[in-house]
Amino acid sequence: MKTTRLAQLASLAVVGSMALAACGSDNTTGSTSAEGSSSSASASESAATECFSGTLNAEGSSAQKNAIEEAIASYGEACKDAKLNYNPTGSGAGIKQFIAGQVDFAGSDSALKTEGKDGAQSEAVAAEAFCGSPAWNLPMVTGPIAIAFNVKGVDKLTITPAVAADIFSGKITTWNDAKIAEINKGVTLPATAIKVFFRSDESGTTENFTKYLKAAAPEGWTADASKKWTGAGEGKEKSAGVAEGVKSTDGGVTYVEWSYAKDNKLGIASVDNGAGAVELTGESVGKAVAVAEQAGTGNDLALKLDYATKEAGAYPIILVTYEIVCSKNKDAEKGKNIKAFLKHFASTDVQKGLEEIGYAPLPKEVEDKVLTAIDALS
Amino acid sequence: MSTSITGHSAIDDLPDPEGHGPHEGDRASTSRWGDRLFGGAAKASGLFVVLLVTLVGLFLIVQAVPSLLNNEANFLTSTEWVPSGAEPRFGIAALLWATVITSVIAMLIAVPLGVAVALFITEYAPSWLSKPAAVIIDLLAAVPSIVFGFWGLTIAGQYFQPVQDFLAGTFGFIPFFKDSGFSAKSTLAFAGIILAFMILPIITAISREVFNQVPTPHKEGALALGATKWEMIRTAVLPFGKPGVISGAMLGLGRALGETLAVMILLSTLNPSAPWSFSIFNGGETFASKIALNAGEFDSPQKTGAYIAAGLVLFILTFIVNSIARVVINRRKAFSE
Amino acid sequence: MSTVTHVGEESTRAKAVTLPDMGGKSSGRAIKDQAARIVMWSAFVIACVPLVWILVSTLLKGGHMLASVDWWTLSQNGITARREGGGAAHAIQGTLIQGAVTALMSVPIGVLTAIYLVEYGRGRFAKAVSFMVDILTGVPSIVAALFIYALWVTTFGFQRVPFAVTLALVLLMIPTIVRSTEEMLKLVPNELREASYALGVPKWKTIVSIVLPTAFSGIVTGVLLGLARVMGETAPLIILGPYTKSMASNLFDGLMGTLPTMINQDRTEALQPAVDRVWGAALTLILIVFVLNLLGRFLGRFSKVS
Repeated sequence: MKTTRLAQLASLAVVGSMALAACGSDNTTGSTSAEGSSSSASASESAATECFSGTLNAEGSSAQKNAIEEAIASYGEACKDAKLNYNPTGSGAGIKQFIAGQVDFAGSDSALKTEGKDGAQSEAVAAEAFCGSPAWNLPMVTGPIAIAFNVKGVDKLTITPAVAADIFSGKITTWNDAKIAEINKGVTLPATAIKVFFRSDESGTTENFTKYLKAAAPEGWTADASKKWTGAGEGKEKSAGVAEGVKSTDGGVTYVEWSYAKDNKLGIASVDNGAGAVELTGESVGKAVAVAEQAGTGNDLALKLDYATKEAGAYPIILVTYEIVCSKNKDAEKGKNIKAFLKHFASTDVQKGLEEIGYAPLPKEVEDKVLTAIDALS
Repeated sequence: MSTSITGHSAIDDLPDPEGHGPHEGDRASTSRWGDRLFGGAAKASGLFVVLLVTLVGLFLIVQAVPSLLNNEANFLTSTEWVPSGAEPRFGIAALLWATVITSVIAMLIAVPLGVAVALFITEYAPSWLSKPAAVIIDLLAAVPSIVFGFWGLTIAGQYFQPVQDFLAGTFGFIPFFKDSGFSAKSTLAFAGIILAFMILPIITAISREVFNQVPTPHKEGALALGATKWEMIRTAVLPFGKPGVISGAMLGLGRALGETLAVMILLSTLNPSAPWSFSIFNGGETFASKIALNAGEFDSPQKTGAYIAAGLVLFILTFIVNSIARVVINRRKAFSE
Repeated sequence: MSTVTHVGEESTRAKAVTLPDMGGKSSGRAIKDQAARIVMWSAFVIACVPLVWILVSTLLKGGHMLASVDWWTLSQNGITARREGGGAAHAIQGTLIQGAVTALMSVPIGVLTAIYLVEYGRGRFAKAVSFMVDILTGVPSIVAALFIYALWVTTFGFQRVPFAVTLALVLLMIPTIVRSTEEMLKLVPNELREASYALGVPKWKTIVSIVLPTAFSGIVTGVLLGLARVMGETAPLIILGPYTKSMASNLFDGLMGTLPTMINQDRTEALQPAVDRVWGAALTLILIVFVLNLLGRFLGRFSKVS
């Protein structure tokens, strides 16, 4: 009998929830609990934000997911009629969809490739053919990759590229190894075993981190950079998985986006590329972006990052996500909308807010270039 | 109500007590257009189901073959998995091992437990508890796989650590229990345990149904001869229910082999240079978890084909296991008729 | 354990079994019998542990989310993992829509196939159909999803849309419906059919107006139980139905959020608002599935034939 009554109650609940779902809405901003920390900033800024009404769809890199979502959220607060969707399916997928005309712009962790594979059309050419005008790579989000660790009693650690390569390839197996001790004088290192965690899914983070190891420590890291991990360790799913793995394991270490290292309160190693230990901060990351050469021409701002940079005070393990857009959109209205949103995204206020969630703001000189390029969009 | 949430009822497979065939109505009226239409639609639906299964196999084969032809490694024996590039090399040996060993662990736990629970419900539970107990076990099957996995990883997993440490410490000299340095919540052993609880309702439901079918005279006869309850179960209930238990176990095995989300969330993967290990305290990937984990990366036909090939092997595996379940039940039908 | 065994001993059935044998048994056999009783009771208790544990932890960690009206009325549009607020209305709506459409497609096929098997089927073809239904029962959801992916995306070149998800779910739902309907139809007394034929009612009309109505509530039970199974499925969603935070009701364009994908998305965040949402969505999903389950069983009691 109990089950009968329960079933009646429960059926009521289902009917109720269906009715509620039917009249549910996307209007989350009306709720009092939805007020985020950035709402006050965007309210004061809303006068400057150009609004549009309509929908923009974008797809691509998952590395910039949190950043662009934050930008979309603050844009939505200022412009109620604008609907923006970002689908973080991965850089490759984003570019593919962009070229196929399925999305309005793409987010990618690497600029459009200018050389085609196996005689096929290169991404840049294909994108230009679709747009009817050159496609531009606009650096928008800088995501540093942290070397995050959890070693009892150790809260400061410095790592050189050579030592990082040895740790992540499994050549160094305990934390008190002489090679680590040598560069961490004054730190008491325990004999705990090193447990490396890596991303079990294919990921741009893995690709960028191995690119760094390959460029900065070519002797210690011999494998080619790839989206699939080739080093040692235990594989965990996505950034959350590796961060959780390190958090729950004494002696754990991983490479992970800054935000995950911060959110999980993991130790973050300083990196010494040869010009002294550099702590991971918004500023040190900005410096690395600022010294990067521009690979594209004119308003195409594709960057050439130097992972082995010996620039003092520059944190070298970074990932730059580009928004890839048509310089001249076939649909003028769309072009205007993209322009309005990207302008908001590149604005100092929004960029500054990104630091809080684990990204680094664009350095001033790059931000200016990006804004100039956005102004030239149509 | 004998419908089970497993979608499979042992009752269908038991001999019809009165030996009915399909219900005859042909003599009543024939060759009316309504009958032809309705009968045709019913037959077409049946045909659709047959086609569907055939198409599943066919499509998977067609899309897997080109990738398999490009494969530079032995698909069955290689442990590598590099499905893209100019010289793709991929094999299923490691996937097959992880899939089979997690399922075997699950079966070792779930079959005895499931049968015991079924016996509890049919023979031991006081009558007020019997029905609710059956519903409770069935509800276990209603917990979504993803919730099982998330719960296992974030809550239950830590309590397995001491067990693993003890087993690895005591029996570590056996390769099977060798410590591989993996945290307990992410090993094949723990994934197997979680799988056991996921397939438990299937085994219980089907065992329960056959135990209920044991003819009362058999049971009473045993008791009248002075058997204890346990002896009655051993001599009357279990032999009668054996085919049902086997087929229930096979259906459970089929589910365990293909279980995706929970396994994907729990298992740590191995790095590409990890040496082959038979340890159950190691990480790994099953067919299903590998496919799901890489679903975002189906960006070239070659790569997609490799994953579809893995899916095809899984399909064949479950096909075989389910066919065995069916054959076992059919044999018994033939035997008792 | 002792109290549990005590309850067992008090049950009338147990008494009936043990009383006549009192004198004749050696203590060894009696001990074995007691041991077996304890084993069965503990097996049941062990089997209950995960269910109770999961329910309690989801309730404790996600219960407060469901208490807010926002949860049932708002989407996650514009909400990030860092912010509290928003709701799961988009995901609940998506799960219900996809479930309803799946049922809409599976029920006719499933019921007709069952009718074929019970009322018409004979010979090799019927055996083949019955065999294939069994095989379909065992097809792992990930294989069903791969098949639809191979068909929908790589062969037809379509986008991944919510409708593709429902196609994969149809594959999983059909066998459940066939089996339960078949069972119900078999239970309809043959006398009913014969009476109808005797009155000159054609076979199809007999099935539609006599057999199906008699078995109706049983069939509904089967549908609800099948629905409960597919609504908790996540694998097809991961392959075919990416998550979105905003409200969506178009099955053929764009993305649609669902409860399983909402869990899958938010579990990759370490922040408290996201963790809360994972448990909230898990509890909501469990509730929906349980309600369908219990509703199915409840309706089953009204069945005229069982």
